[in-house]
Amino acid sequence: MAAQILSAIITIIVGVGGAVAYFWGANRLLDLIFPSRGVAGTAAIDNLRRQGLIRPWLFIGPALIILTVYLIYPVVQTLWLSFHGRNGEDFVGFANYTWAFGDREFRNSIFNNLLWLAVVPAACTFLGLVIAVLTDKIWWGTIAKSLIFLPLAISFVGASVIWKFIYEYKGDGQTQIGLLNAIVQFLGGSPQVWISLPFWNNFFLMVILIWIQTGFAMVILSAALRGIPEETIEAAVIDGANPFQIFWKIMIPQIWGTIAVVWTTITILVLKVFDIVLTMTNGQWNSQVLANLMFDWMFRGGGDFGRGATIAIIIMLAVLPIMVWNIRQANRESGDH
Amino acid sequence: MADLSLRQIKKSYGNLKILHGIDLDIKSGEFIVFVGPSGCGKSTLLRTIAGLEEITSGELKIAGEVVNDVPPSKRGIAMVFQSYALYPHMTVYDNMAFGMKIAREEKSEIDRRVRQAAEILQLTNYLDRLPKAMSGGQRQRVAIGRAIVRNPKVFLFDEPLSNLDAALRVATRIEIAKLKESMAATTMIYVTHDQVEAMTLADRIVVLKDGRIEQVGTPMELYHHPGNLFVAQFIGSPAMNIVPATIDKAGAKTLIAQVGGRKTDVPVATPADAAGAKISFGVRPEDLRVATGDGALFEGRVDYVEQLGEVQMVYLDVGIADQPLVVKLPGNAEVKRNATMKVTAEADTLHIFDAEGRSFARAQSTAQAA
Repeated sequence: MAAQILSAIITIIVGVGGAVAYFWGANRLLDLIFPSRGVAGTAAIDNLRRQGLIRPWLFIGPALIILTVYLIYPVVQTLWLSFHGRNGEDFVGFANYTWAFGDREFRNSIFNNLLWLAVVPAACTFLGLVIAVLTDKIWWGTIAKSLIFLPLAISFVGASVIWKFIYEYKGDGQTQIGLLNAIVQFLGGSPQVWISLPFWNNFFLMVILIWIQTGFAMVILSAALRGIPEETIEAAVIDGANPFQIFWKIMIPQIWGTIAVVWTTITILVLKVFDIVLTMTNGQWNSQVLANLMFDWMFRGGGDFGRGATIAIIIMLAVLPIMVWNIRQANRESGDH
Repeated sequence: MADLSLRQIKKSYGNLKILHGIDLDIKSGEFIVFVGPSGCGKSTLLRTIAGLEEITSGELKIAGEVVNDVPPSKRGIAMVFQSYALYPHMTVYDNMAFGMKIAREEKSEIDRRVRQAAEILQLTNYLDRLPKAMSGGQRQRVAIGRAIVRNPKVFLFDEPLSNLDAALRVATRIEIAKLKESMAATTMIYVTHDQVEAMTLADRIVVLKDGRIEQVGTPMELYHHPGNLFVAQFIGSPAMNIVPATIDKAGAKTLIAQVGGRKTDVPVATPADAAGAKISFGVRPEDLRVATGDGALFEGRVDYVEQLGEVQMVYLDVGIADQPLVVKLPGNAEVKRNATMKVTAEADTLHIFDAEGRSFARAQSTAQAA
């Protein structure tokens, strides 16, 4: 334990110190190569200009290199792999892609992903918005908001474990310990194995992500709602608008940009949804999603690098346009371009 | 089209009392200005009339009807906000049409009234623009346009010029004055902390302080016959000079003695038992002039001169610590720093106030210019 703490501290010191040393040293070296002091007028100006040209590259260089190695290279490598067979050596052209679109499980994953896309971002944004508006008016709003925000701090796996207990099913004659089955039984229904009900189990899994992400939507939208000038609402009151009209015609349009950012951010998250499905069903009973399917092909049963990579590329292509739009929208919201 | 009557209007937030019982009658078609320092309750009073704030107690009538519990949109009012409060996502046209669309009015009628208002305010070429693509002055005109199309009985302005720069403020002030002329039947209530706006626009000014009305009157009444020290110093710029004094002889004419012993006749009646009372003696900087010959009102050393070109403000040290006497003289008058100067004023421009700050009433004949 003590050794671990010590090594953590040393890592921090070496890491931060190394970065400081690099920036200071690189800057110092630049000064030595192109001195601006103790040289004649024009030479000093020339050297200063050269320094100005080189310095940005020196400073962002390390970040650029690391990004290239850990982001660009994997993308290229994955793309390359997707055109090769299961061991990643024989070139197979588009065979992996044609396989994917003919595969029943892949098509089921696409369908489920679309289902997730249709439900989760909409539900999170809608609930977040409604909660943000409602909690603004009540004295215990802050407490309610904290509670709703809390799941965001729980890991997806942790949340899934919690919900596994809620959906838990015990065989006939045994006491039901799952909350949902307890409620169903109390209401006179018969207990179900919720997560193995095809089609509907998707929604039971979505509830978990909605439970986690509503807090995120709520916090961002709550801040946006506070940014609406009170006077525009008062002007609408004088214009005779009722609370619903004020909400839909005055408030929502003013925070439309923020709603779009929240929506797309959750959309990207949903496209990558993995942990919840892995933990709850591992894709059984028709609940498979792309990210889990990719993981399956990549690392299970000896692994098929080609097919795994193909699915990864398809996910990336799906996320990319939303990502670009999201970043543009976020930049427009914050006022710079 | 509508007169207003306010009876004992009180407003408080919990224990914090903002308005302490406002009584006021506003005649139909009048231009009333609420003026006072920050926190005097003038905006709160306007907002209670608008219906944006609930009235804690008292009675508010618009056109003879008690409207305490009538929602803002049914009171026949329109309001122009300090920050314009335009709907940022709507075009100029939609901003002005919103209220009528909500009321499900005929499309052609909406169009007619919006275009008419746009015509009056020279906004016809901007109807398709969003507020963010317009200047502050144009935005303010859109806000006024949005109020006009409501065809209100009472027009409320909440410090409409305070977000504009100085030049635009003067231009828009004149536009508002003209607007009032063209809407003679509409009652207008205007809140400002700027006494120039109050003086230039108002039929009657309501001076407020700490949630109470200090005085109601025409601009010239307030200027020439301030009811108390607060109004005397609030109206007029630079503020009226106030120096301590005592009443030497009371009566139809009052003889007062300043701290230095200098005595002055003031043509204001005081009750006989006021003799010997401590009073405040007031005279406006613009009423003072350099004394030729005897009978100076004040004498002092020129401490500082502010030259404004057309006029100059002379700060005279008349022996009262930290309270120079301000004299407004023509810009071309020759004034030397540290020289001794004698100043005087016409007797009928002098004011005296009792120990509580109430003015001793002066005959109204002399100054009624308006």
